[in-house]
Amino acid sequence: MPDKIRVLLAKPGLDGHDRGIKVIAAAFRDAGFEVIYTGLRQTPEMIVNAAIQEDVDAVGVSILSGAHMTLFPAIKKLLAERKADNIVLFGGGIIPDEDIAALEKQGIDRLFTPGATTDETIAFVLEAVGKRKKHEDIM
Amino acid sequence: MTVLDKFLHGDQSALARLISFIENREDGYKRLLARLYPLSGNALRFGFTGPPGAGKSSLVNAVARRLVADGKRVGIIAVDPSSPFTGGALLGDRIRMNELPTDGSVYMRSMATRGSSGGLAAATNNVAVALDAFGFDYVLIETVGVGQVELDIIDTCDTVVVVLVPESGDAVQALKAGLMEIADIFAVNKADRPGARNIIAALQNMLEIKAEHSPWKWPVVPTEAIHDKNIDTLLEQILAHVAYSRESGLFERHRREQIRKKIFAILATQLKAAMEEKLNVKADLDHIVTRIYQGETDPYTVGDELLKLTQSE
Repeated sequence: MPDKIRVLLAKPGLDGHDRGIKVIAAAFRDAGFEVIYTGLRQTPEMIVNAAIQEDVDAVGVSILSGAHMTLFPAIKKLLAERKADNIVLFGGGIIPDEDIAALEKQGIDRLFTPGATTDETIAFVLEAVGKRKKHEDIM
Repeated sequence: MTVLDKFLHGDQSALARLISFIENREDGYKRLLARLYPLSGNALRFGFTGPPGAGKSSLVNAVARRLVADGKRVGIIAVDPSSPFTGGALLGDRIRMNELPTDGSVYMRSMATRGSSGGLAAATNNVAVALDAFGFDYVLIETVGVGQVELDIIDTCDTVVVVLVPESGDAVQALKAGLMEIADIFAVNKADRPGARNIIAALQNMLEIKAEHSPWKWPVVPTEAIHDKNIDTLLEQILAHVAYSRESGLFERHRREQIRKKIFAILATQLKAAMEEKLNVKADLDHIVTRIYQGETDPYTVGDELLKLTQSE
């Protein structure tokens, strides 16, 4: 049986606009992924904790509040601290181009802005997850 | 250091990785389980089942928080359905469990059914073994939203809570076979809604007859999970059931029965795989199907013939 790809989708901070992330969740589900949706108002700690417990391949974060320059780096830092920074981190929201460049430099794998298609997002995750090195000795 | 070594040192990321390994049946998962089984058997396992939207996740969240407040460590498995069409799944039980502490006292894992139809995933039992071996005091298992006959939970848990709501039906529904028979405890959640008293009365009437010749008197506990109401009572009843079950010998009988069923399930899987392998070599199944389709023979006769064929060398 081929391994299922597991993706955590989360909405940090205080904005309650979850229409976009629900569309993404449904698209990933229909593409055969196992999607874990955390719901609204997550802290970076909660997101990283969930990502580790669920052993996901990728974390997708939706931020429409303008707090992206704080929240994305905070999540990336916590993933690194817990030795989980091989988890693909991507996101979407209203994010200015110069901020995207800055965030991608800090190790956020990919950011999508309005107009991006669900197919594009899925193709990105498939490819990025495929590139993860996953060798480890179990026993 | 291997992932198993880290697991044995209490590393939750290692636990998470091993659970995926078991769930995906990666090469060597049986050997891993052979290492975990001897470490398991100490955790108490409580199941929560009931129709979709009854509040199972919220109730598990509330019970887990109560146990953690008592200094216990809790593992949670919450199962949601996989799509029979795409294999994808939307696992949404965490939405109701956002108040759980992130300090390591609780580990919560979402599982998709991946083709199983008994209310749990095929690997749920093995994942419970991993959580048990990791050292959690309690393992709480939440099924998918069930109808009347998805009853795998009884083979995985020591005590089963059936969660209903005021809209769950009348006295006749309460008498039906299946789901209503597997409860050790009933929780009527969303008990602030109209109709709660009716369903509680209907359940109590039904249970009164059932309990007449039984030392265990099935409790019906009204709860309001999102208001954290009556959770103490529910937990007291769960622990009372464990005490009763231990005292009466039911606990051990039940666990022995679970082991017996597990052995047969493993054997059935292995025999099926071995048989398919043999038949692929020895029999022309397409031809046999054609003969049955054309009315020249029937599936029962073919079954006997093929069984003999697989047993011959």
